[in-house]
Amino acid sequence: MILVIAEQRDGKLNHATWEAIAAAQQLAAGDALRVAILGASAGAPAQELAAAGVGEVLAVTDAALEPYTPDGYVLALAQLIESAKPDVVALAHTYQARDFAPMLAARLNLPLVTDVTGIGGTGRQATFTRPMFQGKLAAEVKPAGSGGCLVTFQIGAFRADALKKGSSPSPVSSTAVTIDRAAIRQKPEAPFQEARQAVDLGQAARIVAVGRGIKSQEHLPVAEQLAKAMDAELAASRPICDSGWLPMERQIGSSGQTVAPKLYVALGISGAIQHLVGMKGSRTIVAINKDADAPIFEVADYGIVGDLFEIVPALVAELEK
Amino acid sequence: MKIAVCIKQVPTREWQPRLREDKTWIREQDASFEMNEPDAYALEESLRLREKHGGEVVVCAAGPARVQQVLREALARGADRALHVDDESLGSADAFVSAAALAAAMADEKFDLVLTGLQSDDQGHGQTGVILAERLGIPHSTIIMEIQIDPSAGSGQAAGMRVKRELEGGWFQWVAMPLPALLTVQSGINQLRYATLKGIMAAKKKEIRKVALPAGLQPSQQIVALALPVRSKQTQMIDGSPAEAARELVRRLREEARAL
Repeated sequence: MILVIAEQRDGKLNHATWEAIAAAQQLAAGDALRVAILGASAGAPAQELAAAGVGEVLAVTDAALEPYTPDGYVLALAQLIESAKPDVVALAHTYQARDFAPMLAARLNLPLVTDVTGIGGTGRQATFTRPMFQGKLAAEVKPAGSGGCLVTFQIGAFRADALKKGSSPSPVSSTAVTIDRAAIRQKPEAPFQEARQAVDLGQAARIVAVGRGIKSQEHLPVAEQLAKAMDAELAASRPICDSGWLPMERQIGSSGQTVAPKLYVALGISGAIQHLVGMKGSRTIVAINKDADAPIFEVADYGIVGDLFEIVPALVAELEK
Repeated sequence: MKIAVCIKQVPTREWQPRLREDKTWIREQDASFEMNEPDAYALEESLRLREKHGGEVVVCAAGPARVQQVLREALARGADRALHVDDESLGSADAFVSAAALAAAMADEKFDLVLTGLQSDDQGHGQTGVILAERLGIPHSTIIMEIQIDPSAGSGQAAGMRVKRELEGGWFQWVAMPLPALLTVQSGINQLRYATLKGIMAAKKKEIRKVALPAGLQPSQQIVALALPVRSKQTQMIDGSPAEAARELVRRLREEARAL
């Protein structure tokens, strides 16, 4: 049996859960699949999951699970997993999964394979493909032992629309767990968004994004000129915003904005997965990088290997002809 | 405050991957190594906390002899002393083994706060810090962008802190938690400092205590094969001089892709 841990916030299901279910169906290969959903407001998303008919939905609606804490989730899920004994526990590789899944794996002494992009085999015999060395290499990994494992699936690696819905809704069963509130050590406050300026990169038709290859803040005008010539918005990968060269709201990637413009031009961006998840849906992607092996070329439609400080001015000149 | 910061040594960003004969690990002799970047932010944060609240920063690493280089660098940037779980097998260890190795070396030190980077730039499991917290029996929080230590800590009141977690899509959340605790730090939490000549000289006199790897640690996962990733798209590479490449790219963006 494959057990998917769904994710919800304020009663709204995280879309990446559907991707995790699609991956879990591939792992289950017709064997049983169950979906667990946790939280006091899990009722509505439990119904939504049940309607897809992919397998029995286990709703754990204990009040101690709201708001989310890693301690609370691990207490609940350790009980669930120890009694259900799934072959594989499947999750989407979200920030929340990254927060609690390693603790859960350590508590259960089960392997955890993170950021998985591919599956070989099924059930307990499965091996998993995941990026290593910033995406420069792909590793095929085999979990040790015979007790099953936990797996997180990279966002976007499995398609939610590949999910095979059942012909009839699945049953929802309410599952009780024992949670000692005093054992929950984190006291979270309400999530908030920082005050944002009026930059909605999601609306931009064209984006020119810069990465470490720009080398210093003084060189930013090189990219700005290209953005102007292409009628594009300027954006950046995380390290550029970390260094304070561009404001955080211009950051593309898992911790910033997700965009899918008509044209995305990546200048000196190596293409760490955290960046790729934010832009790989773009219609046309151009990568200009001095390193021919940079992972950005794996998602690019057009690539130029070379010095951006020579190529970008030539591009601007060409566009202004 | 007694602060531990865990750092890893990873291949440099410029490193071009080359595989060992059996294709289950890299040819380490070809690689040059540096401090894992997220860990550098954790180190910087630990130094800032010590400057604000006093105490000691102990830098901890689990790895082969080569990791002395990054431990020495951390000492040059201002850490007070170092713990090194020294074993050749740790170069390719998974998160379970790394965390168990660190936990064994760190348990007796009774740190108030343990910081790690949020993941490593080599294997990138993103697990070691959180597993270490569980092994040390302390609470954790991850992907932290700010740390506020409760000033009343130590004066009879239970020590605690408030940390700012990064959530997805530009959302954040404050979380209060007791000390001791472990935090995984997000890159960009601060501006990094670099070692001064004075720091480099001072580091030579600082202690790096070697600790043996506990016997019998079993990996939780095995790398069956490493390979260059499969390309998901057929990328059209454009060659020529900068001017030629620029002309050809603009032509294709206008005529083929209709993106301009």
